[in-house]
Amino acid sequence: MSPGGASSQALLSYLLRLGDTSLVLGQRLGEWIGHAPALEEDLGLANLALDLVGQARLLLTYAGEVEGKGRSEDALAFCRDAPQFMNLTLAEQPNGDFAHTIARQVLLDAWQLELYEGLSKSSDPRLAAIAAKALKESRYHFRFSSGWLIRLGDGTEESHGRAQDAVNNLWRFTDELFTADEVDEQMAAAGVAPKLDELQPRWAAHVSGLLREATLEQPASARYPWHGKRGVHSEHLGHMLTEMQHLQRTYPGAQW
Amino acid sequence: MVTQATAAREGAVWRVLESVMDPEIPVLSIVELGIVRYAHWTPDRRLHVGLTPTYSGCPATEVIQRSVREALDSAGYDDALLEEVLSPPWTSEWLTESGKRKLESFGIAPPTKAVASPRHLFGAPLIRCPRCGSNNTERVSEFGSTPCKAHYRCLACLEPFDYFKCI
Repeated sequence: MSPGGASSQALLSYLLRLGDTSLVLGQRLGEWIGHAPALEEDLGLANLALDLVGQARLLLTYAGEVEGKGRSEDALAFCRDAPQFMNLTLAEQPNGDFAHTIARQVLLDAWQLELYEGLSKSSDPRLAAIAAKALKESRYHFRFSSGWLIRLGDGTEESHGRAQDAVNNLWRFTDELFTADEVDEQMAAAGVAPKLDELQPRWAAHVSGLLREATLEQPASARYPWHGKRGVHSEHLGHMLTEMQHLQRTYPGAQW
Repeated sequence: MVTQATAAREGAVWRVLESVMDPEIPVLSIVELGIVRYAHWTPDRRLHVGLTPTYSGCPATEVIQRSVREALDSAGYDDALLEEVLSPPWTSEWLTESGKRKLESFGIAPPTKAVASPRHLFGAPLIRCPRCGSNNTERVSEFGSTPCKAHYRCLACLEPFDYFKCI
């Protein structure tokens, strides 16, 4: 049992959700390396990816210990198939154009900011320590992504149109960020995680203000039945994993 | 209570740790970087050394752990336990004063606390060029060659330089 009486099964699911979301988003950002619009943005996106993969390592290592079956961070990252990944569906959406990548990043950075802030006061000391560290990084990420969203939205007709398209396309995945299921409820009841319905208004205020500043319209809320955090994914995750896991699938157990 | 003998014993370990340099910024020891959190013997008579990473994903972390292990082994502390410490998280304020001076002479602007100045209109800190000392600099990118650095340019001497980020 973890602090506050949540079951270790629920804690394991919760850690996989956080760790997989960071890992999948980090992998997506890594796809930009060598392709970003300018060298500075190439470095910026790679740095974000590095922080996210670092967070994923800490979270997945902890998940492996909670599971107690001897699975390492690498075993969890490279030897699970899409239905065993518990990341948010938004994180796995393809990079699209630069505006899509930035919009996805803003929505998830704002979510991580609120979430890590809450988790840094977690009743689980190890999770609190990971979150306090990650929070500092998320602040930096949000500065980067929100700065770009404003520049694109309040930029040229072309960049404005693309930024608006990106926000419109990705908005339907944001409902999942705050839809609590029994895992989220157990974690909140045990004081391990903040309540999602308390995070939502803060996230929404942050994002709405930013969209206004970027002269972008906020899409109407649409409830969509995405369940990435329960292992039910969009078609994109499987394709991403085939590339990410190629080496371990071809040469199982290979090491540097 | 820390006895003189204990202090001397621990001081010797710190001197060993001061010989371990950061692999990305080779003029800076890991002690000056502020990532060694403790070095002490516990009642089980084992030496415990606590290291904290600068950033969650910093690839130098593992290289540093290996260098610390080698340095301790060759100084005769081969049963030392290396521990990863995440809390409290590392902050650039833990960089020592000598560390900041070495950074600047190496060509990396050290982290600064926000200073009130007319250039602060947009909340950007005032960064001094480590080459010519001018404050007339601008940020090129929030991110640079390693997670701990941002990329700047001096408008006086026109040289690009790295700035060690405040975090």
